[in-house]
Amino acid sequence: MIISGSVVKYGDNIDTDVIVPGKYLGITDYEELGRHALEGIDPDFSSKIKQTSILVVGENFGCGSSREEAPVALKYAGVKCIIAKSFARIFYRNAINIGLPIVVCSEASEKLNDGDMVTINLAEGVIINTSRNEVYRTKALPGFILEILKDGGLVAYLRRRLT
Amino acid sequence: MSAMNIVEKILCRVSGKSVVEPGEIIRAKVDRLMFHDLTGPLTVKAFKEIGVSKVWDPDRVVVIFDHLVPPNGERAALNQKIIREFVKEQKIKWFYDIGRGGICHQVMVEKGHAKPGELIIGADSHTCTYGAVGAFSTGMGATDVAAVLATGETWLRVPETVCVKIDGELGDMVTSKDVILYVIGCLGVSGAVYKAVVFKGSTVERMSVSGRMTMCNMAVEMGAKTGIVEPDHVTEQFFKSKNIPYGSGFVSDQNAAFDETYTFDVSKLGPQVACPNSVDNVKPVSEVEGIKVDQAYIGSCTNGRLEDLRLAARIAKGKRVKPDVRAIIVPASQEVYQEALREGLIEVFLQAGVLVCNPTCGACIGAHMGVISEGETCIASINRNFIGRMGSPKAKVYLASPATVMASALTGVITDPRGVAA
Repeated sequence: MIISGSVVKYGDNIDTDVIVPGKYLGITDYEELGRHALEGIDPDFSSKIKQTSILVVGENFGCGSSREEAPVALKYAGVKCIIAKSFARIFYRNAINIGLPIVVCSEASEKLNDGDMVTINLAEGVIINTSRNEVYRTKALPGFILEILKDGGLVAYLRRRLT
Repeated sequence: MSAMNIVEKILCRVSGKSVVEPGEIIRAKVDRLMFHDLTGPLTVKAFKEIGVSKVWDPDRVVVIFDHLVPPNGERAALNQKIIREFVKEQKIKWFYDIGRGGICHQVMVEKGHAKPGELIIGADSHTCTYGAVGAFSTGMGATDVAAVLATGETWLRVPETVCVKIDGELGDMVTSKDVILYVIGCLGVSGAVYKAVVFKGSTVERMSVSGRMTMCNMAVEMGAKTGIVEPDHVTEQFFKSKNIPYGSGFVSDQNAAFDETYTFDVSKLGPQVACPNSVDNVKPVSEVEGIKVDQAYIGSCTNGRLEDLRLAARIAKGKRVKPDVRAIIVPASQEVYQEALREGLIEVFLQAGVLVCNPTCGACIGAHMGVISEGETCIASINRNFIGRMGSPKAKVYLASPATVMASALTGVITDPRGVAA
């Protein structure tokens, strides 16, 4: 899987209450959820990400609650891939399960800046910063996780296998 | 065979392997599955989309309404109706509707749905609470939980395990909440990301199951996959007193390896407070004393249990909440509520001018029953003080023990409970 776009960048320890505040939980219109994504730290996020599509963050992204609305809101806001130094574990699973690609790469998280153009190869674990001609390498995702992402999420993956 | 710790032993049992290594991804059979009214709708939706007709084992599924109890609006009412119908259709054995259970993590332990040595998955991040009785329990999102509902299995990355060893006798009015806040303050909110935390030491050995629940509950606040206490005589006594059959579970081998061991001496520890807007922004209460509070909130899966209410009542007895403070107490379950009533604790609170609400997550997630406005400050016995957690993103939340919260309610400013207690 290859994903391209430009970067919008935020810091460390961004929690799920900031990604989707509790008052929006229960909304089943995902486009509506997307409009509130990250509004806790940047009220303009949902309009910015539509132009950029690659979210770059620091460590422990998505800490806090198990709300799957967090990656769902980001996905429907227009995020195509998240690059982080590290993810909180529930968020990491949730993102894969709803078909939102995520990459753990400290070097890319540090070096990428707002507006940089990147191309990400998930199967090979390679991130190319075309704005600065830099290449960052990380571990490729395990095969079954790539399969889940290719199917668009865990539901579709299981439907294909169980039914 | 090489020595194993409690986490590796449980994961061996549920994966059918004789040895597991940190970093390895295993398929595991789940002993018990829990979801609630807020994560339920997405779980049910995902389950239906997977396309299997029956849940894998209706006797192993527990559904508890707690987040929006009673419903705070039509959307919540509809979501609860959808789950109620699913429970009936799938013949799910354990269902706690409004008025029957309480906050899910309290109910899971109180009613014996969590036992030593089990693997328990829940659609809530604070599922790690059941480590207090020696279970390996961890939170997942709705789709992961739907996959377990369909198959009875899940994938797990075997975590590195760290040992947090706590020794020393706690002083009066210093609680397990102060201990865990202190630990998180030292290790940081990403101090244990993806790891399992085993709590050991003489302080933990002396703690009740209730106190251990507070510790394990907040393990996720340092990024941990789970927090766990090895079952001992306290665990045994807990199950015996409730007449709940249980297995002995596992304890770590004597020479088991840990990724890291952190040791703490808490014999001189005083009450602690986590300041806005991060759970690791922890200071001794002496450094923040005098900050004015608008609301004082005791409740949640972290600190709404009987021993928490007893402590609060000891402080509130015969006194009045400061006129410009709203004090709210939310017992963690119907059982806790009823026992507090029998012991006269509720009477003490009502006479002090406290609003006592029904068991719910309510204001702890900023949903209802005590949401705060911009510019307001709340001191709360809950587990998170993130921006916007209890309402307005422009409000401030301080986390503390029930003792510190009650003392602050009486004085109107953040207060060391040791100076107020009778």
